[in-house]
Amino acid sequence: MLAVAVIAIFAVTLMVGRTFYPPADVIGVILGHDVPGASFTVGTLRLPRAVLAVAAGACFGLSGVTFQTMLRNPLASPDIIGISSGASAAAAFAIVMLSLGGTGVSVFAIVAGLAVAMIVYVLAFKDGVAGTRLILIGIGISAMLDSVTAYVLSQAAQWDLQEATRWLTGSLNGTRWPETVTVLIAAAVLVPVLLAHSRNLAALQLGEDAAAALGARPERTRLVLIVAAVLLISFATAAAGPIAFVAFLSGPIAARLVGPGGSLLVPSACVGALLVLVADLAGQFAFGTRFPVGVITGVLGAPYLIYLIVRTNRVGGSL
Amino acid sequence: MTKDRSLTAESLTVGYGDRTVLTSLDLIVPPGAITAIVGANACGKSTLLRAMSRLLSPRGGQVLLDGRQVHKIPAKELARTLGLLPQSPIAPEGITVADLVGRGRHPHQGLLSRWSADDDAAVADALDATATADLAERAVDELSGGQRQRVWIAMALAQQTDVLLLDEPTTFLDVSHQIEVLDLLTDLNADRGTTIVMVLHDLNLAARYADHLIAMADGRVHAVGEPGEVLTDETVRTVFGLDSRVIPDPVSGKPLMLPIGRHHAAAEQSSRA
Repeated sequence: MLAVAVIAIFAVTLMVGRTFYPPADVIGVILGHDVPGASFTVGTLRLPRAVLAVAAGACFGLSGVTFQTMLRNPLASPDIIGISSGASAAAAFAIVMLSLGGTGVSVFAIVAGLAVAMIVYVLAFKDGVAGTRLILIGIGISAMLDSVTAYVLSQAAQWDLQEATRWLTGSLNGTRWPETVTVLIAAAVLVPVLLAHSRNLAALQLGEDAAAALGARPERTRLVLIVAAVLLISFATAAAGPIAFVAFLSGPIAARLVGPGGSLLVPSACVGALLVLVADLAGQFAFGTRFPVGVITGVLGAPYLIYLIVRTNRVGGSL
Repeated sequence: MTKDRSLTAESLTVGYGDRTVLTSLDLIVPPGAITAIVGANACGKSTLLRAMSRLLSPRGGQVLLDGRQVHKIPAKELARTLGLLPQSPIAPEGITVADLVGRGRHPHQGLLSRWSADDDAAVADALDATATADLAERAVDELSGGQRQRVWIAMALAQQTDVLLLDEPTTFLDVSHQIEVLDLLTDLNADRGTTIVMVLHDLNLAARYADHLIAMADGRVHAVGEPGEVLTDETVRTVFGLDSRVIPDPVSGKPLMLPIGRHHAAAEQSSRA
C-alpha cells in the first residue's frame, strides 16, 4: 500500500511542473527514447530529483526508525542527536572551504556522521547508554554543529541562498545524476544489511538481557545497526542536506499506519520517501514562492517534536 | 516433554570492573527439578544466573551445559536449550501478547525463514500453558502485573528450552500473584520436566516451591540441598545476618522461617529456655 503510494507520487512528480507532460512522454523518457522537450525537463531535471527524493527519504526513514527502535525512544533519531548535523556541516565544509565535489563530499559527510555518533555514544556512556542522556548530549552537539555550518556558509561570499538552505534545512534544488547514483549505491548495499538484522533489532527491543537470552548477541547487533544507519543517513545528507525531521517523523508515522508488533523498517522507508516526495512537490508548487523541501518538512516536524516533549513531561520524565 | 540437561558451574569466578562478585563457585543444577537460589541483596544471585546463561563472561572457571562450555556454544543454539527470563525485560509500546510471545521464537528462526506452523504451535502452546490465550490480542501495557509476568513466562516457553532460568519472577507482584506464578512454574516442571532455576527473594516461598535450595553468601555457595536441610536457624543467621526460628510449615511440612527482630528477642529467649 505504502509502496504503491510512493510509486504514484513519484510518477506525478515526473509529470507535473511548469509544463505538464502526459504519462506516455514520461515513460518514453525513462525508456531512453528522445522525446522533444520532455527529454531535458524530465530526464535531466525532474527524474534525478524525484529519484533522489525517494532514495534519500527512504534512507532517512530507515536510519531514523533503526535508532528510535534500538534506543526505545522516538526522540533518539539521528537528525535530533546531531548525526545529520555533523554530516551536513562536514559536507558544507568540504564544498566551501576545500572546493571538493562528488565522492569527496560524501566521504567527509560519512566520516563526520560516524565521528558524531561515536562522540555522542562515548559521552553518553556511563554504565550502559541511557536514552535521555544520549538525547540531551546529542541535541547539544547538534546545535554546535549547526553553528559550524552557519559559519562555513558565512565564509562563502559567492554562495547563493538556494545552496545555503541545502546545508541548513535540506533541499533537492539542482539535483543531478552523480549524487543521486551515489545514494542509490549506498542504499543498495546498506538496506539489505539493516533488513537482515531486523529480527535481532526486535529482540533488542526487549532489553539487553532478554535479547541475549534469545540468542541475538546485543553488542554485535547494536554495532552493525548503528554503523549501517549512520552510513545511510550520511550518504543521503551529503546529497540532499539534512532534510529536517524526516528521519524523526517516518518511524512514528509508520507505527501509526501498520500498528504495533511487526517490523517497522520497510514501512518507515516508504513513509520517508513519501514525506520527501510530497514535501518537495508542495514546496515547489503549492505556494507562490518555491520553498526547499526541508522548510516544508520542518513545518510538519516541529509541532510533533513539541507534542512529544509535552507528552513526555506529563508521563513523567522517561522520554 | 523436555530432555534432562546437565548444567554445572566449575570454580566459576565472575566480576564487574575491579569487583569480584562470584569467587570460585561450584554448582550442580539437578536435572528435571526446581532449584531456587536465595541469599541477601548483592550476594551474587543474579550474577550467577547471568553467568550461567552466558550474559556475563567468567574471569575464571566455566559453566558447562551437557559437558560443553556455554561460552563456546553458538548463541542461537544455546538459546534453543537454555532460556532466561531477566529481572525487568521491556515490552515495546503497544505490542500485543501474541506478538510478544512470538518473539520467543527468535532462536528458532533463520535469516530468511518465514514464520512457520511450528512457530504458531509453540506460541499457542505457550499461551495455553500460562492461561494467557484469552489475552492474546490485548496490549501488554494494559495487563495487570500478574498477567504480564505470565505473558513473559509464555515468551520464555515459546522458546522451547529444556532449561529455564528466571531472575526473581515474583518481584513486584502481590502475594496471590506470586503464588499464581510459582504454581505455574511447578506445573511446567511436573508436566514437561523442564529444569527450572530461579532466584527468589522470599525464603519461605523458595522452601515451599523448590526441590533444591542453594543459599548464597558473599559470592559463594553457603549451603545446598533439600529445603529441609538448607533452611535452618544457622543458615539464616550466616546468609542474612538475621536471628530467626525455623518451624515446619503446617500446610506443607516444608520449613518456615520466622524472623525474630529486635523487639521480640527477649520473649524468644525465655520461650526457648
